Amino acid sequence: MSSPTPPSSRERILARVREALTDAPETPEPTRDYLPTHTIDDAATVLDLLHENLADYRAFVHRVADDELPSFIGTLLAENGVRTVAVPPGLSARWLAASEVEQLLDEGAPGGAVLTPYDLDAIDAVVTSCALAIAETGTIVLDGGPGQGRRALTLVPDLHICVVRTRDQVVASVPQSLPRLDPGRPLTWISGPSATSDIELDRVEGVHGPRTLHVVLLCP
Amino acid sequence: MSGTFVGMPAFPKAAHEAVGNTTLRANLRHATHTIRDKRAKAVAELDDWALLREAGKQIKDHTLRHLDTYLVQLEETVTAAGGTVHWATDADEANRIVTHLVKETGECEVVKVKSMATQEIGLNEALEEAGIAAYETDLAELIVQLGHDRPSHILVPAIHRNRGEIRDIFTKEMGEWGRPAPEGLTDTPAELAEAARLHLREKFLRAKVGISGANFMVAETGTLVVVESEGNGRMCLTLPETLISVVGIEKIVPTWRDLEIFLQTLPRSSTAERMNPYTSMWTGTTDTDGPRAFHLVLIDNGRTDTLADEVGRQALRCIRCSACLNVCPVYERAGGHAYGSVYPGPIGAILSPQLRGTTSEIDASLPYASSLCGACYEVCPVAIDIPEVLVHLREKVADQGGPGHRLERAAIKAAGWILDHPGALAAGERVASRTRKLHPKKLPGPGAGQWTNSRDLPQMPAEPFRDWWKKNRT
Ligand code: SF4
Repeated sequence: MSSPTPPSSRERILARVREALTDAPETPEPTRDYLPTHTIDDAATVLDLLHENLADYRAFVHRVADDELPSFIGTLLAENGVRTVAVPPGLSARWLAASEVEQLLDEGAPGGAVLTPYDLDAIDAVVTSCALAIAETGTIVLDGGPGQGRRALTLVPDLHICVVRTRDQVVASVPQSLPRLDPGRPLTWISGPSATSDIELDRVEGVHGPRTLHVVLLCP
Repeated sequence: MSGTFVGMPAFPKAAHEAVGNTTLRANLRHATHTIRDKRAKAVAELDDWALLREAGKQIKDHTLRHLDTYLVQLEETVTAAGGTVHWATDADEANRIVTHLVKETGECEVVKVKSMATQEIGLNEALEEAGIAAYETDLAELIVQLGHDRPSHILVPAIHRNRGEIRDIFTKEMGEWGRPAPEGLTDTPAELAEAARLHLREKFLRAKVGISGANFMVAETGTLVVVESEGNGRMCLTLPETLISVVGIEKIVPTWRDLEIFLQTLPRSSTAERMNPYTSMWTGTTDTDGPRAFHLVLIDNGRTDTLADEVGRQALRCIRCSACLNVCPVYERAGGHAYGSVYPGPIGAILSPQLRGTTSEIDASLPYASSLCGACYEVCPVAIDIPEVLVHLREKVADQGGPGHRLERAAIKAAGWILDHPGALAAGERVASRTRKLHPKKLPGPGAGQWTNSRDLPQMPAEPFRDWWKKNRT
């Protein structure tokens, strides 16, 4: 901070901030009287709310038992005419075991290679897990962990199938979600398929991100 | 490219022209009324809205009070995570820094995600001068850019355009910039969105440099947050090799936990959604995911002047949700362009004159572009008392020149415009007496010589503004 003249812009801005605040009164510690959640603490209620809110923002929501997951995904991909699927590293091989599609493994997966944006643009769909889901807002959060991959994977292909483990990945509220997320990882919060309100403030689904979002609620 | 705000006529003249444009008025009325009702519903879902609002206000005030500490902390955390922090005192310096960073990459085009800060500093124009093409990728920004137009709303910059006009702009202009609009494009919003998707995709896929703003920066962790709907933000933040984020110094929140408030209040206030479709959070760079280089350009550009004003500094709490625009009877009639700034509506009326000073006619007239009805304060998720700041700024304008001064005339005309538009007043009067703390030391209309005698005013009467005005100006 004692570098020679002229002062850097950094020093000038900080000096101006300090000068501006010379007579400013001290502020108390912020009060946090708001609610940690708006939902009763009951797993079934929270899951129903997640389901309802995801569907309200035009995600397709499915409840599937664990042993039926491979066949369910296989059918879903076939019904959507999917021929190629991007596969993030760490995705359980079992999930795609009953799917007759070409699987393109991204970097980090055994035998995988870096898929360029152009590669991804030519791929029909992506299947991932998630870090957690928030019921009150109908949100799934991805953090690049196992089975999720880097952010581009869930962005460029037009169809995203995301599997939520309901046993331990669902929270009720935004305040409950943040302590479970690591800010050091790149995070993507997804609430429904991409949308815009830019034309006359009416919501239209489907702009640049995946136009179709399927959320599979995996029930034990 | 988007037109310039320089040399804008003062508010009343621009507003007068807007009112004459019936298409514009109909578009605005339709859009603002739609979103108003939806916002009220989204807010009503949360029983603790008032408490969230209070906490948001307090956190922002606390941050501003210790802004120097948090800026230094943010610089440390961003740097530790692999980012590079730059500081810009004004628009020119910010533009020079960004232009230099883009040139260093050897690229001559960038993709941009909507950012008020880059509009404020005129970055696109600066890049263009340096031979760099900046492509706006937000649908509304694309409409504005292709239409050689100016933004008129914070959230929906093309709110003044209806679907038919958008179709015409796409059909005529897209081919000039890249992939043309599909043959036989209709005006259904879904088809228009599809046209934008196709037009922009090639630009995203080849992009090497992305430019963004940020809704929040977390000092504790060095995390930046971008809240969006379309996925164009994710494209710009994820696919390029270099990411440059230009952010005002007031966008800081101290802790990771603080996001739990704003991620509840911002989406409900702006698009009236429980949560916007996409929120991206990143901290510096990550080896195998996203840009390899991340630059954060922190801009002052008048913010420290605003911070120095004990009444006016609350404007820096703003999280740019645009709720105040959507409820404002004056905005609804005058349109965004009349405010002569990238920040229109009530927030613009208090922010622009503080960021830029009140030496131009447009900036001197802005504090008068209001009926002081208080609807903006009622909806503001960080409880900015916009009427209080307006009255305070009116005093400042009144103090800066003698009777008959050019700026005073502009100001008094703005007030006159409001009075000539009973609709702009009537809608406001319902809440007029609810606005507190309106204690102008001097009367707000500086041009009317008969009462500019510096006498102190009694407390703001409980009667509506129009009656108060009529009584006091004669
Ligand atoms: S002043 Fe308040 S209501 Fe207006 S845009 Fe800013 S945060 Fe939103």
